[in-house]
Amino acid sequence: MMQFGVFTVGDVTADPTTGRTPSEGERIAAMLAIALKAEEVGLDVFATGEHHNPPFVPSSPTTMLGWIAARTERIVLSTATTLITTNDPVKIAEDYAMLQHLAGGRVDLMMGRGNTGPVYPWFGQDIRNGIPLAVENYALLHRLWREDVVDWQGRFRSPLQSFTSTPRPLDGVAPFVWHGSIRSPEIAEQAAYYGDGFFHNNIFWPSEHTAQMVNLYRERFEHYGHGSADQAIVGLGGQVFMRPRSQDAVQEFRPYFDVAPVYGHGPSLEEFTEMTPLTVGSPQQVIDRYAGMRDVVGDYQRQMFLIDHAGLPLSTVLEQIEILGTEVVPVLRRELAVGRPAHVPDAPTHARLVAAAGDRRDAPVHALADDVTGRSPVVVP
Amino acid sequence: MSTVHGPDARTAPSAVRHLVVVSGGVGQPSSTRLLADRMTGSAVASLAVVGLTAQVEVVDVRDLARDQTSMVLTGVPTPRLGEAFGVVAAADAVLLVTPIYSGSYPGMVKDFLDLLPPDALRGLPVLMGATAGTARHALALEHAVRPLLSHLGALVVPTGVFAATEDFGEVTGSTTADEVPLSVRISRAGTELAELVAQRAPRSPAADPFALTASFEELLRGQ
Repeated sequence: MMQFGVFTVGDVTADPTTGRTPSEGERIAAMLAIALKAEEVGLDVFATGEHHNPPFVPSSPTTMLGWIAARTERIVLSTATTLITTNDPVKIAEDYAMLQHLAGGRVDLMMGRGNTGPVYPWFGQDIRNGIPLAVENYALLHRLWREDVVDWQGRFRSPLQSFTSTPRPLDGVAPFVWHGSIRSPEIAEQAAYYGDGFFHNNIFWPSEHTAQMVNLYRERFEHYGHGSADQAIVGLGGQVFMRPRSQDAVQEFRPYFDVAPVYGHGPSLEEFTEMTPLTVGSPQQVIDRYAGMRDVVGDYQRQMFLIDHAGLPLSTVLEQIEILGTEVVPVLRRELAVGRPAHVPDAPTHARLVAAAGDRRDAPVHALADDVTGRSPVVVP
Repeated sequence: MSTVHGPDARTAPSAVRHLVVVSGGVGQPSSTRLLADRMTGSAVASLAVVGLTAQVEVVDVRDLARDQTSMVLTGVPTPRLGEAFGVVAAADAVLLVTPIYSGSYPGMVKDFLDLLPPDALRGLPVLMGATAGTARHALALEHAVRPLLSHLGALVVPTGVFAATEDFGEVTGSTTADEVPLSVRISRAGTELAELVAQRAPRSPAADPFALTASFEELLRGQ
């Protein structure tokens, strides 16, 4: 089974058709409403970005996702992305393990580096160390979720002696991790090394580039012995705007596209839709376009849609989610299940990870240093 | 881009060199392109003298103007720009000819150079040329274009060819005259470029920027 969801950057952007800019409070409330709507219409995943600079509001993803967890029952809560470079991996381990318990396991994360230079020194880091930070911090995070007591020393963070990250992951199973990267082969390699998921946020990129990055990840996944290349766990970004009649979609979306942060005033809507996965048109056009994605990257596990940026009003965004949930995703689920080989894994969920681990394991840890040897005690399950 | 001339590479594969002409002229026809073509002719002839056959490709930056703006804003090359970058990546030598506005190269030319993949010009012989409406811009090549090319790591040919409008009126001259006529400067520049190219092996294919260069074990060890 594939998962379909929405991911939000959390930008505060003026609506170009009215000139009105929402307040931070309104934007945060809108993000929550989007998450609840996604659950209501049967989407599988809601993911929020993490940013520490205006005009973005989601600086504290686990706080937001915890609120959503309490008001939803089914949807998987994720990130797009969690900054593995500037966050302390110890705090990520703690925060997301706690969220995992609150959400009953409906949690995964997507690691990203962040591309805004000035943010790094605000957190004591340097963007020129982006890749080494991502490598070292994740290596620690990976251990903190899997080893009850960790001794550790690295280049970027103070050493840890007899450290236990609490709470331990729910059922003894670490949250699933995706590694998001657009153009860094090292990150595809990292995802492959650990057997984690690889998410290519291809919303600005032509399909040939996406195919190259995903294929690299698939080859290396097989190389590291996690399964065959077509069993690697792949996610893709996407971007859509839909109305029943395609010309209405184009007419309504164009003013938002033309001045959108990041690509506004650049390529035309027509050029951009040809070059990238952005699809503006009828639900059927979106179905046709996204049903073809597996021809580019092979059978994959997760498809996320960006639907709420560039100042689009909440009411419009909720309509888009409604169309996704009722008209587009049910058809894509059916079409992408056809011809999907049995050995291609379903999208990762907590239940599947627990099953793969054998069984759930609740592991209370009382890590007192042994004052004779100075070593941590062996934990008795 | 268009291949203007050059014999079939299959006849003498080892002696072929790729000369890429980047012309920043805006008009059509453009005096910058006119100068670029004359400099190309000189370079091709000089390469022939040292036994090298030039295959010439021309990138007219004006044709890429909108693609460049798109890439400045999105960070992603359009297919047309990707093709142009591929042409530069295969070059054994580059001839960069730009108009001079307000004492320097126009933004469109700077955009092209800014957007090239990192190190696209590093170690590459580059011959520079410029046109301007007045001879008072003559040193723009030295004050503006040469430092830019040096920053990009290019091996810049000593002679740069500057042509003001009035230079197009002169057809002959000699190096002993007070002012070296345009055709002599073009000829000298072509010779210098050919000598540089002749000293170097043909360019090996550019590395794929999205290829993996270190295994994860090496990354973990901080390599």
